[in-house]
Amino acid sequence: MGSNMAEAHPVGFQWVMEAKARGARVIHIDPRFTRTSAVADTYVPIRAGSDIAFLGGVIRYVLDNDLDFREYVAAYTNASFLVREDFADTEDLDGLFSGYDPDTGTYDRDSWFYEGTEPPRDDDGDRAKTFSEPFQAGASGAGIDRAAEAERDPTLQHPRCVFQVLKRHFARYTPEMVERVCGTPQEEFLEVCRAWTAHSNRDRTTALVYSVGWTQHSVGAQYIRAGAILQLLLGNIGRPGGGVFALRGHASIQGSTDIPTLFNLLPGYLAMPNVSHTDLDAWIADQRTGGHKGYGYDVDAYMVSLLKEYFGDAATPENDFGFGWLPRIDGDHGTYRTVMDMIDGKVSGYFVLGQNPAVGSAHGKLQRLGMANLDWLVVRDLNEIETATFWRDSPEIETGEIVPERCRTEVFLMPAASHVEKEGTFTQTQRMLQWRTKAVEPTGDRRSELWFAYHLGRLVRERLAGSTQERDEPILKLAWDYVTEGEGVWVEPSADDVLRRINGHDLTTGDLLPSYLGLKADGSTSCGCWIYSGVYADGVNQAARRKPHTEQGPYDAEWGWTWPMNRRVLYNRASADPEGRPWSERKKLVWWDADEGAWTGHDIPDFPRTTPPGHRPPDDATGPAALSGDDPFVMQPDGKAWLFAPHGLLDGPLPTHYEPHESPVRNPLYRQQGNPTRKVYGRPDNPSNPAPPEHGSEVFPYVLTAARLTEHHTAGGMSRQLPYLSELQPALFVEVSPELARERGLAHLGDAHVVTSRAAVQARVVVTDRLAPLRVDDRVVHQVWLPYHFGHTGLVSGDVVNDLFGVVQDSNVFIQESKVATCDVRPGPRPRGPALRALLDEVRAAAGITVETGTRIATSHGVPHTEEGS
Amino acid sequence: MGVRTWLGSIGASTPLGAWPVYRQLTGADPLGRGAAAQSPKHVGLRPRTASADRVAGSVCPFCAVGCAQKVYVRDEEVVQIEGDPDSPISRGRLCPKGSASLQLVTGPQRLDKVRYRAPYATEWTELDLHEAMEMIADRVVAARERGWQERDAQGRRLNRTVGLAALGGATLDNEENYLLKKLFTAMGAIQIENQARI
Repeated sequence: MGSNMAEAHPVGFQWVMEAKARGARVIHIDPRFTRTSAVADTYVPIRAGSDIAFLGGVIRYVLDNDLDFREYVAAYTNASFLVREDFADTEDLDGLFSGYDPDTGTYDRDSWFYEGTEPPRDDDGDRAKTFSEPFQAGASGAGIDRAAEAERDPTLQHPRCVFQVLKRHFARYTPEMVERVCGTPQEEFLEVCRAWTAHSNRDRTTALVYSVGWTQHSVGAQYIRAGAILQLLLGNIGRPGGGVFALRGHASIQGSTDIPTLFNLLPGYLAMPNVSHTDLDAWIADQRTGGHKGYGYDVDAYMVSLLKEYFGDAATPENDFGFGWLPRIDGDHGTYRTVMDMIDGKVSGYFVLGQNPAVGSAHGKLQRLGMANLDWLVVRDLNEIETATFWRDSPEIETGEIVPERCRTEVFLMPAASHVEKEGTFTQTQRMLQWRTKAVEPTGDRRSELWFAYHLGRLVRERLAGSTQERDEPILKLAWDYVTEGEGVWVEPSADDVLRRINGHDLTTGDLLPSYLGLKADGSTSCGCWIYSGVYADGVNQAARRKPHTEQGPYDAEWGWTWPMNRRVLYNRASADPEGRPWSERKKLVWWDADEGAWTGHDIPDFPRTTPPGHRPPDDATGPAALSGDDPFVMQPDGKAWLFAPHGLLDGPLPTHYEPHESPVRNPLYRQQGNPTRKVYGRPDNPSNPAPPEHGSEVFPYVLTAARLTEHHTAGGMSRQLPYLSELQPALFVEVSPELARERGLAHLGDAHVVTSRAAVQARVVVTDRLAPLRVDDRVVHQVWLPYHFGHTGLVSGDVVNDLFGVVQDSNVFIQESKVATCDVRPGPRPRGPALRALLDEVRAAAGITVETGTRIATSHGVPHTEEGS
Repeated sequence: MGVRTWLGSIGASTPLGAWPVYRQLTGADPLGRGAAAQSPKHVGLRPRTASADRVAGSVCPFCAVGCAQKVYVRDEEVVQIEGDPDSPISRGRLCPKGSASLQLVTGPQRLDKVRYRAPYATEWTELDLHEAMEMIADRVVAARERGWQERDAQGRRLNRTVGLAALGGATLDNEENYLLKKLFTAMGAIQIENQARI
């Protein structure tokens, strides 16, 4: 679901086809019949933006028919935990959970906690929303102290136990309701239910695959939650052939999340300090509100080791290891907020490194206007991309909104070294690091980002040398002493040395660390990213291993290196029953070897190696030692997988169907229309199309969605310039159904333009049955699809599809909703120049759009969330 | 004497042997799909992979599947990029994008020199790489200073700048992201983001 794997990840898809050849059943659920659908056993249509209703329906089917994997659910999830008495569900409050504050658009989450536990501190959903706190919970789990002491009912009968809460929450997600919300015919939906449950038991597992078709929604994190709940109920997590697979879209996007260039994270999912963290102890205490149990408790060792890598000998116990030198966040510093800050004149300079936001980010016009209001811009790329040339040939030149002679932005366009002209690691989508050797030296001015970062740091340090200003201290104290290659000043830093520092050292011996288990909080170890520790175990670059798959076992443990500790299946303790025996011979992965007194198996066990299955920790134990023998979810504060999330998410402890921010229909399930916590930016340059119950939605009657083609890559910067790929996919097109073509007078292969309140995009019409109209809540809903790769430079060009989308985000992680919006489709080419602006003025007026449109996120409260001064 | 034997007896030492039809009729390739159809030039052709000086083990730079590539180099130039059959991930396969990697790396679209656009200019001009680096470092120091925030309205320490921002990382190496985050963090820059947010 939410993935067109055959086209977007074709080589990975060979394994789906291999499984199919061996008897697996493949089901594809998608708004559009794609090449993935074509080779699946079953294709099931769904309305874009309604996946939680669908998954909730499957969850209800499982619970109603007692088809859950009861032993797994009772032992390994929080099904038996009791929820507080004052918790109120969306069933009780018509689409809201207890604790909602309409003024801030956030929840006070205290009532979501387990019975018998107290919120660790003043829980402030408003503050958490300002800096995407849930994104920071990766290293230490979501905060809920002493969660293991919560009251439980092992029989799962107590009306307030999670299992019963779940049943009530999804009771109305019936096959009839699924059909009404998703447009999926009941029989096709039930076929999915039957297949999923029939292939999930001791002997069988089912895998779930998603991509950005799930994440890019205003309720995206809850899409993933819904998938995870279902897989947990069916015992499909931590077991071979099971799991939830996120297929990611860039060579090292997993790596750039693990070692983040992200505003609210430090390497290894450690939280970026915020203003409340006056010292290291305050930061550690805040992280440990995640509880006293599991590997997350050791965040002190992870953080101190990072600071030792950052600041070397300058990081001492006396100066808090330099913690005070780190900048503090106190709000939204995400990429979209930053772009609006550019427009508002708050940002001077901008580096764009191997990314093309003028095409690839939602609301491209906002991106380009932001860049046009900078002092300087540095773009580093292989090719001349749209982001570098906005001042010369962006669509705003034609409309007069950017005039080169009046645009003050100074632009440096620097050639980057390609993947074969430098060495280093990419982390692929299954957490595997693979080292690339350098094939040739880069020529001309082409340089690696490693070179760029290293020398920028060197030059800034030169300029600040001798400064006595406190703010310059961290730069001057920075451990910037990497091994380099070559002669003179402009040397190349060694990626191998950087990887060694990421792996970490025992500073008392100088040895490379074997894994993160040896990290210390006393300053005697350094480590750039704790989850990557072990990539250089035994002094060997483990990521560079390339033992052919024909010469090793099914888990290919000697090809590359997978974090953590070369473990291929996370939480694999769950592949064995509570007593430590495999659930079945067929699905054997990791088990307890009583003779050895250790966990063993085909994969690296994801559990303290010698903690036996029946172990019960003493009350005063902390960290990994506090795990019981049947706590497979070793990063969770209670060792259990969360069907119900008592903490950590901002928009609810359970997934709930909300309509997208822009939708042609009223939410059939609740009075509450959209996600009541979604992050809106109510400002004149970011208009929203109206959605019911607002008036004017009929001006944009169709559902708009966008995705990839096989032959192009993301914003096209690496594909529209290549002759082969450009020849294969030469033009932007829009797919519409024959019914919609008739309704709007669109001719196959003729021109049409797709219109939203932000932009009009011209494309050639492809009339196809691939995009069938759906019957949703007694009306026909048409969906419109475009590939989003095109821009105005390159061998093939086309309008920027992302210009059609506005900026509205999931409150948990700040991902924009760019997989669904509403639109109109009109025949013929779009107007150009000033006439285009007139068209957009006209549709905005017709729909009655103001700065408040779409910002009343709580349907029954009517409080607009607009920016000051708008 | 059969026809084939007769033809063979006269063709062995004459130009007739260069005639494909003749070879097809007399040789071990009666269907004319192999040796019989080859010209001397054709016979002399060798795959670029065979004449490479060395092969570098690499990984495809497009999506996150992580297909292994073999990069063939001759005379310090990349001459071919192919899938690596040893990989347990890709088993030698590449998709259309991965197969076009050679064009990505060696094509004429590649930038080779720094391009500079002065404020209000309508065209690019050239700029020396090292001079560009010095200019950028000057601007970073100034922007950092301009956007510096020492404390918030409640007097809490911020210790940061909002004067400069960065975007990108999902196409870069882990080691590169590591240095970028480390440097920007030490400078107090917080608006550091990449494709993973999108």
